[in-house]
Amino acid sequence: MNPDLRRERAAATFNPELITNLLDGSPEKTQRRREIENKILSDPDFQHEDYNFLTRSERYDVAIKKSAVMVKKMREFGIADPDEIMWFKKLHLVNFVEPVGLNYSMFIPTLVNQGTTAQQEKWLHSSNGLEIIGTYAQTEMGHGTHLRGLETTATYDPKTQEFIMNSPTVTSIKWWPGGLGKTSNHAIVLAQLFTQGKCYGLHAFVVPIREMGTHKPLPGITVGDIGPKFGYEEMDNGYLKMDNYRIPRENMLMKYAQVKPDGTYVKPVSNKLTYGTMVFVRSYLVGEAARSLSKACTIAIRYSAVRHQSEIKPGEPEPQVLDFQTQQYKLFPILATAYAFQFVGKYMKDTYYRINESIGQGDLSELPELHALTAGLKAFTTWTANTGIEECRLACGGHGYSHCSGIPNIYVTFTPACTFEGENTVMMLQTARFLMKSYDQVQSGKLACGLVSYLNDLPSQRIQPQQVAAWPTVVDINDPDSLTEVYKLRAARLIDIAAKNLHTEMSCRKSKEVAWNLTSVDLVRATEAHCHYVVVKLFADKLQKIQDKAVHSVLRNLFLLYSLYGISQKAGDFLQGNIMTGSQITQVNQHILELLTAIRPNAVALVDAFDFKDMTLGSVLGRYDGNVYENLFEWAKKSPLNKTQVHESYHKYLKPLKSNL
Amino acid sequence: MGSRAHRVSLGDAWSGRVHPDIESERRWPAFDVERLTNLLDGGAQNTALRRKVETLVRDDPAFNLIHTHFMTQDEHFQAATQRLFLIQKLAKRMDWPDDSLEFQYIYRALSGDISLGVHSVAMNAIKSLGSEEQIAKWVPLCKTYQIIVSYAQTEMGHGTYLQGLETEATYDAATQEFVIHSPTMTATKWWPGDLGQAATHALVMAQLTCSGARWGMHAFMVPIRSLQDHTPLPGITVGDIGPKMGIEITDNGFLRLDHVRVPRENMLSRFTQVSPDGTYVRHGIAQVNYLPMVVTRVYMLRNIVLYGLQKACVIATRYSVIRRQSRIRPSDPEAKILDYQTQQQKLIFPLAMGYAFHFQVASIMDFFHRSYDAIRNKDMSLLPELHALTTGSKAMMTEFGAHGVELCRRACGGHGYSKLSGMPSLATYLLASCTYEGENTVLYLQVARFLVKNCRQAWEASDPASRKSLPQSVSYLTAARVDKCPAQTEAHFLHPELYMQAWAHVAARLLESSVHHLQMLVQAGADEHEAWNQTSVLLLQAAKAHCYYITVKNFKEALEKLEHGEPAVHRVLKRLCDLFALHGILADLGSFLYDGFLSAPQVNMLRTTYLDLLLQIRKDAILLTDAFDFTDQCLNSALGCYDGNVYERLFQWAQMSPNNNSQTQEKPAYTKYIRPLMQSRGSKL
Repeated sequence: MNPDLRRERAAATFNPELITNLLDGSPEKTQRRREIENKILSDPDFQHEDYNFLTRSERYDVAIKKSAVMVKKMREFGIADPDEIMWFKKLHLVNFVEPVGLNYSMFIPTLVNQGTTAQQEKWLHSSNGLEIIGTYAQTEMGHGTHLRGLETTATYDPKTQEFIMNSPTVTSIKWWPGGLGKTSNHAIVLAQLFTQGKCYGLHAFVVPIREMGTHKPLPGITVGDIGPKFGYEEMDNGYLKMDNYRIPRENMLMKYAQVKPDGTYVKPVSNKLTYGTMVFVRSYLVGEAARSLSKACTIAIRYSAVRHQSEIKPGEPEPQVLDFQTQQYKLFPILATAYAFQFVGKYMKDTYYRINESIGQGDLSELPELHALTAGLKAFTTWTANTGIEECRLACGGHGYSHCSGIPNIYVTFTPACTFEGENTVMMLQTARFLMKSYDQVQSGKLACGLVSYLNDLPSQRIQPQQVAAWPTVVDINDPDSLTEVYKLRAARLIDIAAKNLHTEMSCRKSKEVAWNLTSVDLVRATEAHCHYVVVKLFADKLQKIQDKAVHSVLRNLFLLYSLYGISQKAGDFLQGNIMTGSQITQVNQHILELLTAIRPNAVALVDAFDFKDMTLGSVLGRYDGNVYENLFEWAKKSPLNKTQVHESYHKYLKPLKSNL
Repeated sequence: MGSRAHRVSLGDAWSGRVHPDIESERRWPAFDVERLTNLLDGGAQNTALRRKVETLVRDDPAFNLIHTHFMTQDEHFQAATQRLFLIQKLAKRMDWPDDSLEFQYIYRALSGDISLGVHSVAMNAIKSLGSEEQIAKWVPLCKTYQIIVSYAQTEMGHGTYLQGLETEATYDAATQEFVIHSPTMTATKWWPGDLGQAATHALVMAQLTCSGARWGMHAFMVPIRSLQDHTPLPGITVGDIGPKMGIEITDNGFLRLDHVRVPRENMLSRFTQVSPDGTYVRHGIAQVNYLPMVVTRVYMLRNIVLYGLQKACVIATRYSVIRRQSRIRPSDPEAKILDYQTQQQKLIFPLAMGYAFHFQVASIMDFFHRSYDAIRNKDMSLLPELHALTTGSKAMMTEFGAHGVELCRRACGGHGYSKLSGMPSLATYLLASCTYEGENTVLYLQVARFLVKNCRQAWEASDPASRKSLPQSVSYLTAARVDKCPAQTEAHFLHPELYMQAWAHVAARLLESSVHHLQMLVQAGADEHEAWNQTSVLLLQAAKAHCYYITVKNFKEALEKLEHGEPAVHRVLKRLCDLFALHGILADLGSFLYDGFLSAPQVNMLRTTYLDLLLQIRKDAILLTDAFDFTDQCLNSALGCYDGNVYERLFQWAQMSPNNNSQTQEKPAYTKYIRPLMQSRGSKL
């Protein structure tokens, strides 16, 4: 092991294993996870060439091969529990990008949620066995997050009892669905239903797209790959154009809405239930934000402990990059954020399962808040993580740009989370709508509950710009409760401002919708403040439950750094609202610098505690053993361009260049 | 509209008709776009020349860039080398003089997608650091590609901190040779462009030892590959460093030297010489060896950072008037996404940056041309300011530019993730620029060192006369300042004097508080270096505020010159300048509220002014991006074409994906894995 890293690990003031257990849920879970991971690492069937040296088409090939061995191996290893499947796939697939993945994550769940028993009987067996490889085709070339704008039509023809699926325009071509380009033979297609001359909105249809046996596109279907992307190279994101393509009536998923043989449309009882999958995926993305950020800062922090550069004092040996205050200032707030998001991700997952149970019992009361919370937090955490990953890459200097660092791959794999499953700004505004509704509710005398209950205190805390002493001025910047309180005040204040601006815009001549648009920058700002408060609060709650003294103390420092750094970055909000004074901000900034020094000795142990295998990190710079440089050289030698000493372009272009001139 | 036909250069089925949603944006221009284009080009004659050059490469399939989206790293390098070859032939045929505007324009027209970029960096380095004899010997060989030279500075273990470089050059007086050697693994030269495959020579930066003493970093011409068969020479290990996030046209390489001997004449000796007996002589200051980096930064800021940012703005803004999404009012059709306030907030700041940085680059170029020849003639008086100016601009423009391009990319929603949007490629170029040619944090701290020095000098100077001798860029440190912003209405925030004052106030305050912090630590017993490290977060903020101030100042001063001659252009550009200044204040509001410079009600006014500006600039947004006058060929984006036919093009380009091309292509994965998968599981379950 690299001596710097050995020294770092020996100097830690806490046992990282305890934090690992905390993140996994229990020591038993940690143990089981490692068991599974070690099986993958020791299995020769799972070895393959480094993705970085493969072309896109080769990567797709490897990914398909992986899917093929995977199910067999999971059965062999006795893996069935959802968490265990996740552990398995995450290590095995590395990027968690799998061309047949949508069959399991979207096609089958939609079939189960929206299909009748007969429909499930018809398709479920073959899709579980991958005879049917399904995908989920929602997004169109011209339409994304705004579902009502989708153009694909499904027109019922009572004469033949068929639906005519059609892509009427270029913009209506289904675009982006994963696994659609080359892999799938069926798709659940979302389309506008027309029957008896009337449009009934979006419904889901099972559409065969490739011939069983030959895998050739069926007549009337145009399907293919949408071309190269920033990342996701293993995935064949595809397009689908349907040209008056007929499917039987029974292919519309009819658990809720129905079209009778004569074309009569029967309305669903409730449509809230379809929220379920969306809420699940979004809360899952909050966890992904935490994981991706944790991976990136594991790499950056380890490398910063190994890398020596420049000088602090002349004449002394070059110090570890991690000893520079600016490097700590770049990385430690990200480390603190990664921990904060880990806890938020865990909370979201637990809440989803808890509420899902009540939904199962017919209680939908908590769904609106959960829906609003996941939308906003998905946007807040993915935006933050996106920026954080890029900062980690920059913190690795030039080598961060090489694929050897692994961070470009983490970045390009993660960044679509800002736009898919709901574009982030749209997500923020959905949460804003909920916040405004709660605000109005409080104004009209009804109490708000849950995480927005702080709005109940608003009328008594009306902002009076003249009244400087309106807020409690005692802020203890070392106290989690006090810090949670100031974030709450900030959120309350910004929500109040947004609501008032919205009402002002509405009252002066404009329609509600125009007013909404003209307030949307304020609304997004207010929602961010709300989400920030939620993260601080959940982190503070978690901190209270930690028993081990050493662990508590180190996580407390991370909590303080997370909260204080946020205040420092958004100092304008706290100052303008008289929540904090200029001299308090100075204290905050000073305390941040002290915390950097306090966290420094534990930094490596804190990223070790995430317990990522080297294979998951995919990074030469972030190796557990820290032997960076030797391996960097070995890695580069494998580059396809090094296969020959003299590249063919020399003979083709460079040599003629000099003779021609 | 000759210029429209010029821009639409893809010659595909849709180029004939302009999408009505983008046409309507151009229907009632508030200013003459062509005049703005001329202004950006530096005169109508330049615009004309540029378009002439662009026409030359427009119809030649070898210069079609669309296929680059589908290429492997290897194919990228080959295609870019082929383009270089073709350009050289063209230039010869057209008889373009060296360093002429034509070369600059053809590089721009082809989006810089041409290999051997570092070869010219190395050539500039020879011109900066070589003696007249050396220049006469090497430069003509470079120009005719008899030799290809890489500039080999960065090592595996050492980057921006040049004193840490480990490669050794030891003078052997007995043979009058230098022995160039890589003593450790970390000393391996790593990253230099053109080195992996192309270079025949490397200009190696190494620590010179002669007469038993070390003299720091110097430049040595080292032959690395045979001029006959291109194989590595004895003692040389050279190759490619492997796949990167982007910039695939460049063969970044590694180089290990095992006691390689080069003649004494191969050390570049404009400013320093080693005489045959090993005596070391220096003219000028040691920092002069940084001159090649200054030159490189200046050109990279224009060709990569500025153009990259501007192109991203063009693509994202055009796409945002074609893309319709949701409704603002239920009764309306779906709205153009550019009509959403949140989308304006995302895109208009990068657009303002695109213009602010244009004037910033113009001002640096101007200063550079004034000082460069003086420095080469060993007059070093302007070197510190030139260094601080280029360093600060490099850090700020790359940091903000990278951020701006990523904002634009994500503002294109899902399609911004497709390479066919052109955005991922722009993003990866800009992202790389934050760490190469000097890591940004280190660069900001170099600016801070310059500022601290001048600040102390200003404090120490008792008489006004010596205060006046502060370099021009920091003269605001001693100027009279106001402690409270005098704004009383929203409109006051549109006065350039007012926001300039605000930026000067904050930049000076942050710098002063860092200097106090430094002093405090030193008084408390810390040594100066430790104190510097413990103050570096503050210093970083001070340097950033200074850079922002300088950028606003340059923008404002450039506009003043237009006020009378070009009132309509001045009016639209001033809005961008206002927005740029106010955006920066809102982004760092804490610094302005902290000491009560701005009051809470003033901030509310400022915010209203800012949101108002978004709406006003929105109206001109398409024309402001048209004025950059990039051809479709150079944008190479399915989303950003002049005619707005986004979706048709996206669909057509996707068909070119190798995965779609042949019927057989889809077979291997299917027959090898999918079919057996289906069969085995079907039977087992």
